[in-house]
Amino acid sequence: MNLLHNYEELVAMILFAIGFTMLVFSRNLIKKIMGLNIMDTGVFLFLASMGYVAGKETPIVPPTGQVEAGDYINLIPSGLVLTGIVVSVSVSALMLALTVQLYKRYHTLNLDEIYLKAYGGEK
Amino acid sequence: MDFMMNFPFITIVLSLFSSVIAYALKGKQARFVSYSLLGICSLLHLGVLFYNLTGDGYFVYRMGHYDAPIGNEISAGLLEPFFALLFSLVMLFSLLGGAKRIFSDLEEGKYKLFYVMVNLVHAALAALAYTNDIFTGYVFIEICTIASCALLMARSHGKSLVAATRYMIFSLMGSGLVLIGIILLYSITGHLLFPQMYESVQSLWTSGEYRIPLTVAIGLLVSGLAIKSGLFPFHFWMPDTYGTATPAASAILSGVVSKGYIFFLLKLVFRVIGFEVFVSSGIQSVLFALGILGMIFGSVSAIRTNNINFMIAFSSAAQIGYIYMGLGLGTKEAVISLLFQILAHALTKPMLFLAASKLSDTASGAQDFASLHSSAHDHLFAGLGYSVGALSMVGIPIFVGFVPKLFFAMAAFGHGLQTYCVLIALAISTILNVVYFLRTLINIYSPPTRKVTRRHFVFQTDRLFCVMMVLMLVVNVALGLCSQPVVNLFDAGFDLFLFVR
Repeated sequence: MNLLHNYEELVAMILFAIGFTMLVFSRNLIKKIMGLNIMDTGVFLFLASMGYVAGKETPIVPPTGQVEAGDYINLIPSGLVLTGIVVSVSVSALMLALTVQLYKRYHTLNLDEIYLKAYGGEK
Repeated sequence: MDFMMNFPFITIVLSLFSSVIAYALKGKQARFVSYSLLGICSLLHLGVLFYNLTGDGYFVYRMGHYDAPIGNEISAGLLEPFFALLFSLVMLFSLLGGAKRIFSDLEEGKYKLFYVMVNLVHAALAALAYTNDIFTGYVFIEICTIASCALLMARSHGKSLVAATRYMIFSLMGSGLVLIGIILLYSITGHLLFPQMYESVQSLWTSGEYRIPLTVAIGLLVSGLAIKSGLFPFHFWMPDTYGTATPAASAILSGVVSKGYIFFLLKLVFRVIGFEVFVSSGIQSVLFALGILGMIFGSVSAIRTNNINFMIAFSSAAQIGYIYMGLGLGTKEAVISLLFQILAHALTKPMLFLAASKLSDTASGAQDFASLHSSAHDHLFAGLGYSVGALSMVGIPIFVGFVPKLFFAMAAFGHGLQTYCVLIALAISTILNVVYFLRTLINIYSPPTRKVTRRHFVFQTDRLFCVMMVLMLVVNVALGLCSQPVVNLFDAGFDLFLFVR
């Protein structure tokens, strides 16, 4: 019953688990980056659902300027999500740049094959 | 508020701005900016340390003078400025010692970008040392990850790119776990600043509420930072990462970046979770076991490899094991020992990487032991630096590496079964250290079977490297012979860490 009531958190955890599994076990670099993004999306959903208060407004001051803190949802998680998105985009961009460089050099996206080509049984 | 209280904030902002400035400059000017930044920040950290030593010992700096939950905080006791100073100085030494190789390893267009990333790493490490806000900590962990990965990528070598990818994947796994741990902890406590989180965690743990989610959150935070700092069995990214980067980058990554994460973990354990809660959660015992295993298996891997850089990297895994073993022991004496271990490793490992790179240069870049035969005869200062670093890592008295080993052994007494585990692990690890470091020392000092060419010209051609090696040697021996003032500082700093918020 609790799980059904907290379905957003449940979905967030499932997304995190899917993303983390892809990041760790997938050998394809693009799938790893996709896993990273799914994992981060799970975290952002968890945060957003935590800050949401049913029936309350978006925390934007109206033109009249009247502000009552109790009328709004919790704005801190929203701020954290925004910061997290910036971090996630930066990391994804760097990983994609690395992937492009590796593909140009080794003509494959499979990390095991790339590793074999780079080291060739050196270790 | 005294002007000195602004210094920690200034070091972080100065590092961030200097990254932007360095990007707009040419390569050598960017290098000058990095050197100046690290020098100035070292003085500022030293200023904060003296301010706290002579004053109240601790202060909190509220950014923009806003209170929680809107405001963000920086705090400085004795440990924060000390380790920030250590990070700045080791980075400066590493850059100066490896300056020549940075110039030759990097393409012209990437030269200034390397220094931009160095400044960013420094900003992240200073922020991790000083921050009092858990989410700020996460953001700077990610900045550190990205900048460190860029330092690896700077050398456009196939192996470096592969190493950077592996490093990034392991780091992202760690960051993901840290992030979800932070969010869980925030959802339970409702705070992001350390003091408020600490109070919430203590009252929740005492009342027994949310005990399982709290334990999961602590486990996620600890495992995330353990992966990022290279605790066994998550240390397999280390040899590629440290072995293929330009030596200054290897020195910075192994010497200070992993220690930045560990220092942040210590802040979380003592200032957010609280040591009693941490011990009751049972995670401390897991860290103890992994630390012991890391000490042994890191050394075994170091013996098995045939590459000097990989060997030093695996040795780092063993040394990181000591740190987590100390955290697992969970006494004040053990924590002081692990703080000294961080200091000893941060000072010694860059020395080893820089010296090994010069020895390898004498063998036309080869890193296998056969090629390095009698290489110390070609480069006397590299041989000297490598010898001091190796003896320090083994734990020979008079060198800094001896002190934490002695303290760990003393701290282990009176813990029943743990005492035997620590003493046996210390003995085995030391013997293994002797095996692999002595093997290389004998190898590089073996009588040359060919004509020695460079011996008398090393100082003229490699002046900066030689000066840095001598400087690191002096610091290493000075701290090895005169460790008590530092131990006293750690003692007082740890009390502030625990009791003043």
